[in-house]
Amino acid sequence: MNMELSRRTLLKGAGVGLAGTALGAFGFGGVEAAHADAIRAFKLAGTTETRNTCPYCSVACGVILYSKGDLKKGEAAKITHIEGDADHPTNRGTLCPKGAGLLDFVHSETRLTKPRIRKPGADKFEDISWNDALDKIARHLKDDRDKNFVARNQDGVTVNRWITTGFLAASATTNETAFLTYKVVRSAGMLVFDNQARV
Amino acid sequence: MTNSWTDIRNTDLVVIMGGNAAEAHPCGFKWVTEAKANRGAKLIVVDPRFTRSASVADVYAPIRQGTDIAFLMGLINYCIQNDKVQWDYVKAYTNATYLVKNEFSYQDGLFTGYDEAKRDYDKSSWDYQVGEDGFVKIDDMLTDPRCVWNLLKQHVSIYTPEMVERICGTPKDKYLKIAAMIAECSSKTKTMTSMYALGWTQHSKGSQNIRGMAMLQLILGNIGVRGGGMNALRGHSNIQGLTDIGLMSNLLPGYLTVPNQKEVDFATYMSTRGFKPLRPDQMSYWQNYKKFFVSFQKSMWGDAATPANDFAYDWLPKLDVPGYDVLRAFDLMYQGKMTGYFCQGFNPLLAFPNRKKCTDALSKLKFLVTMDPLDTETSRFWENHGEHNDVDTAQIQTEVIQLPSTCFAEDEGSLTNSGRWLQWHWPGGSPPGEAKSDNWIMAQIWRRLKALYEQESGPVPEPIVNLRWPYANPDEPKADEIAREINGYAIETLYDPADPTKVLVEKGKQVLAFAQLRDDGTTASGCWIYSGCFNENGNNMARRDNTDPDDAGFYSKWAFSWPANRRILYNRASADMNGQPWDPSRKTIAWDGTKWSGYDVPDIAPTAKPGVVGPFIMNPEGTARLFTRGMMKDGPFPVHYEPFESPIANPIAPKVRGNPAARIFKDDLAQLGDAEKFPYAATSYRLTEHFHYWTKHVHPNAVMQPEFFVEISEQLAAEKGIKPGGWIKVMSNRGEIKAKAVVTKRIKPLQCDGKTVHIVGIPLHWGFTGTAKKGFGPNSLTPFVGDANIETPEYKAFLVDIAPLTEPVS
Repeated sequence: MNMELSRRTLLKGAGVGLAGTALGAFGFGGVEAAHADAIRAFKLAGTTETRNTCPYCSVACGVILYSKGDLKKGEAAKITHIEGDADHPTNRGTLCPKGAGLLDFVHSETRLTKPRIRKPGADKFEDISWNDALDKIARHLKDDRDKNFVARNQDGVTVNRWITTGFLAASATTNETAFLTYKVVRSAGMLVFDNQARV
Repeated sequence: MTNSWTDIRNTDLVVIMGGNAAEAHPCGFKWVTEAKANRGAKLIVVDPRFTRSASVADVYAPIRQGTDIAFLMGLINYCIQNDKVQWDYVKAYTNATYLVKNEFSYQDGLFTGYDEAKRDYDKSSWDYQVGEDGFVKIDDMLTDPRCVWNLLKQHVSIYTPEMVERICGTPKDKYLKIAAMIAECSSKTKTMTSMYALGWTQHSKGSQNIRGMAMLQLILGNIGVRGGGMNALRGHSNIQGLTDIGLMSNLLPGYLTVPNQKEVDFATYMSTRGFKPLRPDQMSYWQNYKKFFVSFQKSMWGDAATPANDFAYDWLPKLDVPGYDVLRAFDLMYQGKMTGYFCQGFNPLLAFPNRKKCTDALSKLKFLVTMDPLDTETSRFWENHGEHNDVDTAQIQTEVIQLPSTCFAEDEGSLTNSGRWLQWHWPGGSPPGEAKSDNWIMAQIWRRLKALYEQESGPVPEPIVNLRWPYANPDEPKADEIAREINGYAIETLYDPADPTKVLVEKGKQVLAFAQLRDDGTTASGCWIYSGCFNENGNNMARRDNTDPDDAGFYSKWAFSWPANRRILYNRASADMNGQPWDPSRKTIAWDGTKWSGYDVPDIAPTAKPGVVGPFIMNPEGTARLFTRGMMKDGPFPVHYEPFESPIANPIAPKVRGNPAARIFKDDLAQLGDAEKFPYAATSYRLTEHFHYWTKHVHPNAVMQPEFFVEISEQLAAEKGIKPGGWIKVMSNRGEIKAKAVVTKRIKPLQCDGKTVHIVGIPLHWGFTGTAKKGFGPNSLTPFVGDANIETPEYKAFLVDIAPLTEPVS
């Protein structure tokens, strides 16, 4: 999509083009211009375009996110439309029934917005601050690692493993998140570590 | 994928078996229709269900799930019997001519060395004969009865068309028609592509399903060529990347492996990773293992990884079992042997087999942390949802911390698609509420844990407190910083070994590619196979030039493809021994007298003369393996084994239940059902309107497919008195679910070994959170057993019984 050429400029251009025709000679050129001015700008013309990739299957179709607001300028941005990237070699602008619904995934009512905690035996979640949640997690990790870390096996060989806490990594995070996750998990000595490749 | 989505346009024949690309990968499937429309390519679909892929196929044949190896070995037998073999390719590029030890044999479903008590083999006889020169003995004439080709010929001879029909239930005429079409692709100028997915992997012999097809593709000469290859259609957007980066129990990034506790020091670890060539002049690229390993250790621990401490070898955890895969993890949890668990964007309550066991396992944890954009069932496993999650909440003592994370539209970085393309994306929207990126969350966890180890005592804090953390804002590492780390850089200035005055890479600069990595600690690289993704030329994953010279389908300037921006793996094999393309109309690379050049980055040293170095440079043989030595747990050739729960006994080895080398825990073995009580062969699948357990949170998708159902044939419905749209219950020996019955012509009963086998299809998209109706999934029923080699659960073939329900359920 060529976003330089909005519908309004297209019609204005058409109006100018009319000037040299028979209709133009009758004075309709001005009517066209007035008509064009009365038409609202193409909605997407006022949005920020961002290139992204569909997060579902591994065809990895190119998508374009259209937002109100521009993150690059430090603004808050709300995504208002998502469509296939016509320049992408694989999907060439098309999306499947899953990809076509991406906007409603981003704005799903069941998106999580706050950290929450469910205490032992409780029948509901309650809110918790990020700080408290992360402190609790770090405490759990330290306590369990201190208690169950195996520095040497029964033969006296250094094994430095920790198998009582495990980490299940995702299938749709970025490679960069994956590597950062790898560093944190493996440096702690965890071996119960897997991803969604098997299922 | 050895090839790419856009390369499918170059094929003559597409075989979809073990997948359903039209519904599960619709925008990739367009390249199948493109090949059909523009080249006259044909499409074969083999599946228990007449899927939407089947609806546009030239030939469709039904098959009983879990019998693909019989079908594939049958095809190999057909090609051998009818002399439909790409002989030049087979003789030069595979190990067909290699001689195998005399002690090796196969009988009644078992290879030599089987130990029933251990469910494992002594694999010492599964190897080549080695000559006095230290190289494998070969027989170029293929006359020696111990050569791989003759052993293979003997091995597949049992899989006659009659036997294939008897095991698979595929009518013989359809099978023979397919065999004839496939056999035509042994021509040097015809090629076939294999498209498969979890329909092949989710079996107790999943790895051997894929090996079976890979062997067939080698016999037809279709590996390395345009329009050919083994094309795994990965199920999730970055499961390829997470596997490449090694987020698995036994992996380090780039398919290096975590040490076993028997590898007591670095020297012992390296002693089994020498990869000495098995034939003269072969490259055996894994000889560079140490360079990649040391560069990874430097990336982890920087200056703290030194030659004096063996580059911090001791700081890597050492395995005492082959791996802590998810089945083992949940079994340990079930036994009360685990304290805590993290789920980063994963929903095991619905994704792992035997849901009852999963619920019980999670209930025994002290703490569970979930990081997800969505409100997953796993994070609410303790919450009672009536029949859809009937738990005793008050009894569950697990503390659950649910962390809201950003989604794709709000974060930056690269994803690796099925075709190994690393594509960069940018955020377009602000996260909702207090949702945070995974990078921020992981950084916070590490920084807090590090602080605790700095303030308090505790065992072996060194690997944690010395972790290299070179980010401008340590609280939130940026994607481009990490991408540069993955690519790798020079810790010291690197000089050309051939000319020490020549600087290759200045200190602190990014390396160009993995060929520049060193084993002396002067380079760092997080994941060697990704090296080249972000070098001094910039972020190559963000490239967006979609030019494609001669419409060949490579798009080499679009994004970055690992390894080394190569688009077709093993592409040296697309040319003959003299370096000229087997099929000039499908040239990939060719030898021009001094070097290799063409559309793609050569998968061989650019100046390696043809006829010396073999095309499979990663293998010590230099060739591809029809016989895989001791590398697979369950045998050097694939064997048809029935699923652990099967409607019939194995016709070729009646005494063997399931895959004899697959691990199964005692309790889970006791929970297997038999065909007398559970007579129907069930399978699971995806629908085109849904993606796993995500899109039930998405309104339009929930509107299109609102409700859980189970699909059965008209014949089974009539037999059981089930009406279309009526309620039924489906039972296995592990659980019971309710569903609406969808009665279709898409599934038909099969005749296998003289018995009528009914198929029951169970889609997998429902749970108890989200906007779609509450429902069940196949994992309430499926057995807790995995593939012998990689422990992928056997989701695609298990036994159930069904019965109509009279009362309205809701």
